[in-house]
Amino acid sequence: MHELGITRNVVAIVAEAARGRRVRRVTLEVGKLSGVMSEAIAFCFDAVVQGTPVEGAVLDIREIEGRARCAACGIEFATKTLLTPCACGCRTLVRLQGEELKIKSMELAEAA
Amino acid sequence: MCGQCGCGGESEITLLDPQAGRETAMAREASPGDPHEHVHADGTRHSHAHSHGDHGDHPRGDHSHDHGHHDHGHGHHHGHDGHQPHRHDHGGVRAPTVVVDLDAAILSKNDALAAKNRAWFAGREILALNLVSSPGAGKTTLLERTIRDLRQTLPLLVIEGDQATANDGERIRAAGAPAVQVNTGTGCHLDAEMVARGLMVLKPGVGSVVMIENVGNLVCPALFDLGERAKVVVLSTAEGEDKPLKYPHMFRAAQIMILNKIDLLPHLDYDVARAIANAHAVNPAIKTFLLSARTGEGLASWYDWLRGEAAAARNAAVG
Repeated sequence: MHELGITRNVVAIVAEAARGRRVRRVTLEVGKLSGVMSEAIAFCFDAVVQGTPVEGAVLDIREIEGRARCAACGIEFATKTLLTPCACGCRTLVRLQGEELKIKSMELAEAA
Repeated sequence: MCGQCGCGGESEITLLDPQAGRETAMAREASPGDPHEHVHADGTRHSHAHSHGDHGDHPRGDHSHDHGHHDHGHGHHHGHDGHQPHRHDHGGVRAPTVVVDLDAAILSKNDALAAKNRAWFAGREILALNLVSSPGAGKTTLLERTIRDLRQTLPLLVIEGDQATANDGERIRAAGAPAVQVNTGTGCHLDAEMVARGLMVLKPGVGSVVMIENVGNLVCPALFDLGERAKVVVLSTAEGEDKPLKYPHMFRAAQIMILNKIDLLPHLDYDVARAIANAHAVNPAIKTFLLSARTGEGLASWYDWLRGEAAAARNAAVG
């Protein structure tokens, strides 16, 4: 259950970048193959933001589907899991997307 | 750790130096989200006094980005197209907002510390390995045996990670290697900062081998880079052959798989070929060693690999 620590990192990074301004929205990109559950981050978020400039912010999580390129035949395809092989049978893949763990943006209340 | 959201203060992390018999609490930099007392506001341990009732509004899964819960009720789409920052002026209903692109890796702090550890190891020509497994696969026994067999020729030091007790640190020390015990309290994995603190106590010498025995857990340690040269996942024949399929992140993150307790094979229905095939299905490049830390069978090739990697770490710094 590493999502609590991950959520703490999110809030710490956003709170620091906000430099005292109130945060209205936090947008994350979480790859479906990243090993992190979006639901668990959302669950921890409300608890972790208490007493920070991020308190009350809306959490927006964009999940990113897995995609890979086959090292043998070069075809790009969707990888539903880490075990999805290429149609040619090859399992040596270059992961293109789906492992993101990123804070994309934050929306701040503008200083008057 | 709390079963509901995994919460638990990180303030309980302790560092124990068995050589000096000194235990220190590991204070962390306070982060805004750190103390989480609200969870236990009424004094009970798992009560979750804070409300999670509004979670139904959180966009998730195939979330539609409809922004329906924005309380200023404006009708336009945000777009999130990367052309930031842009202003949202809502005519005084609420203070205008500005969107700031961050593009920050969530684990950036750990990754930066891990990079520092990695550079520290490289500068001292140290081979660092991160040993991971489920509890009971035999990491500590393998380390004890490795230390006893190699200590005359290869200086080995160990950072021991467990939620509690100094038992493993004591076992390593009894086997003849300096050790530092990191107790993670409620934490389920070691992170780069804990390793950095452990190294400050352990002070490994030039050309040594630092074995980092992670908390027994095949899930969380996969995500946290400690600055190691390789992750070594230990699997035992007393577990299922399908562990690599059940915990693909870990077997993908590892470069080495050790199948331990092969001395038990005559008593088990364990299918070694299937276990290796499963590991290769997740990670075609994973290298496997079959051994028994108890009887010593198969240890020679593990030791050869270890010596080779230690020599490579020494030569890499020269080149």
